[in-house]
Amino acid sequence: MTYGTAPARPVELAVEAVRYATDGHTLLHGIDLTARPGETVGVVGPNGSGKTTLLRCVHGALRATAGRVLLDGADAAALTVKERARRVAVVPQDAGGTLGLTVREVVAMGRSPHKRFWEQDGPDDVRRVADALETVGAAAFAARRFDELSGGERQRVLVARVLVQDPGLLALDEPTNHLDIRYQLEILGLVRALPATGLLVLHDLNLAAAFCDRLYVLAGGRVAASGTPREVLTEDLLAEVYGVRARVEVHPDTGSPHVVYLPVSAGSW
Amino acid sequence: MRLRTGAVLVVLAAALAVSAIAGLALGPVRIAPGRVLDIVVGGLSGNRPTGAFASIVWDVRMPRILLGAVVGAGLAVAGTVLQALVRNQLADPFLLGASSGASAGAVLVIVFGAAAAGFGLGVPLAAFAGSMAALVAVYAMARRGGTMTTGRLILAGVAVQYILSALTSLVLVLAAHPDQIRSVLFWTLGGLGGARWDELALPAVALALGGALLLTLARPLDLLLTGEEGAHTLGLDTGRFRAAVFVLTSLVIGVLVACSGAIGFVGLMVPHAARMVVGAGHRALLPVAALGGAVFLILADLVARTAAAPQEIPVGVVTALVGGPFFLWMLRRSSRTEGVTG
Repeated sequence: MTYGTAPARPVELAVEAVRYATDGHTLLHGIDLTARPGETVGVVGPNGSGKTTLLRCVHGALRATAGRVLLDGADAAALTVKERARRVAVVPQDAGGTLGLTVREVVAMGRSPHKRFWEQDGPDDVRRVADALETVGAAAFAARRFDELSGGERQRVLVARVLVQDPGLLALDEPTNHLDIRYQLEILGLVRALPATGLLVLHDLNLAAAFCDRLYVLAGGRVAASGTPREVLTEDLLAEVYGVRARVEVHPDTGSPHVVYLPVSAGSW
Repeated sequence: MRLRTGAVLVVLAAALAVSAIAGLALGPVRIAPGRVLDIVVGGLSGNRPTGAFASIVWDVRMPRILLGAVVGAGLAVAGTVLQALVRNQLADPFLLGASSGASAGAVLVIVFGAAAAGFGLGVPLAAFAGSMAALVAVYAMARRGGTMTTGRLILAGVAVQYILSALTSLVLVLAAHPDQIRSVLFWTLGGLGGARWDELALPAVALALGGALLLTLARPLDLLLTGEEGAHTLGLDTGRFRAAVFVLTSLVIGVLVACSGAIGFVGLMVPHAARMVVGAGHRALLPVAALGGAVFLILADLVARTAAAPQEIPVGVVTALVGGPFFLWMLRRSSRTEGVTG
């Protein structure tokens, strides 16, 4: 039996009143978030605001203490791990040690949710892996050990892995933090162009504004603001949430908002 | 450099044949390899040559060689799988306490549960339970607080291994077993001297079934290398899979230890060497490790039998003399690149 031969449809995501608490600390205080099929939604916010925790509740590494995550209207908690992995793919911040697996082997792992566990990769899988490696510019080092790559090379390989995973929802946690600017732009452009809904945790507000349809700003485990980048990224909000002074301009070429930070005045410390 | 897996397997199969013939030919009585081959071919086709040589080769040495091959292969496979399970190249059935747990279980049943032992399956079952209990205990201790560090894994493993070996020795000595010192040595250091034709079936079946099952799990085992969360997001139910693999590996270890004692370090060195040759993907790694382990233990046992003849050294002493320094070398290397140990 084979599944996953037809390309996945973009998934509709709804996060309803998700709360997450661990060891007596509440990290998320009831988050509501939606992403329409095919939409690219950014999650921004200061360190410790709960961005990564929210993402992990969405892809299932964490189970929400209360509230629900709906994929196409169905409760994600009712899916098996494998069913969920066929719909939601994750680019983690890092993949950790891999005891010497090659780049190609790491990318081929993306086919796993579509396979019985004893099933070997077929010609179609091999082709998908080769294409994905080509797409992210990693074909040249496909035979190298994954754990010997630089941070940026590893991140591109992990993006290739979600390409072959063929998901309806892509969850990316800081997908660009090891990349130089050219690859940042390429990877984000690639994610946007994929026929999948995107949920991106991003630090760089200008990249978020340029590549996301809508943004959610988290602060202290709550949604501080949400809407289009133009609605959300205001000078007042940046002062309130990040505690910085900034000027928000309109990018002359893209028309999206562009944040120019002003130096923190000595007195504010 | 990676070699084609097929070529590696052919070379290892040849090495297995050569080491088996050496093991059959060498010993207190040396027998020419040609004569050994005649006897083996005869024996396999059902009409073995009679005589003293034939008896030494076929009745004494052959079961021992076969048991060495099975135990070596099984320990290497178990070590490979445990290393994936805890994502640490320093894991091994012996160092994680599983072998000592199996010994303790077996000894407790032999000494206190004569009735259960009489069933035939009592000893291997107790060894399985002991191995499983030790593994789970070490794993739980190493994971306290969520993250598993190399230091805690090794400390927990060594502590459990010491406690269980001491328990085994204590029970044997207190039970005033007729040849207690020899049995203490057997259960804590291992030995293949007790191999008999009629006791080979169970370990062989355990290895064949366990090995075949684990080979079908090559893909999820690979996924485990990317860590708990990574494997989960790639569709692996890590909790259930880990539990299943714990049971399966403990079964293999329990059955093997029940007939060979706790032989150390095979499951540490062989998987590591195999990984250097064919990489970390388990579909290639498991068969290569199995063949490598068989060759290694046959040769180690040959040294144990012949190095100090007529005195026989416990085979675990030989593997520890090779494996201990290897372990220290790896520990040094991994502390330099703590990143790879997760």
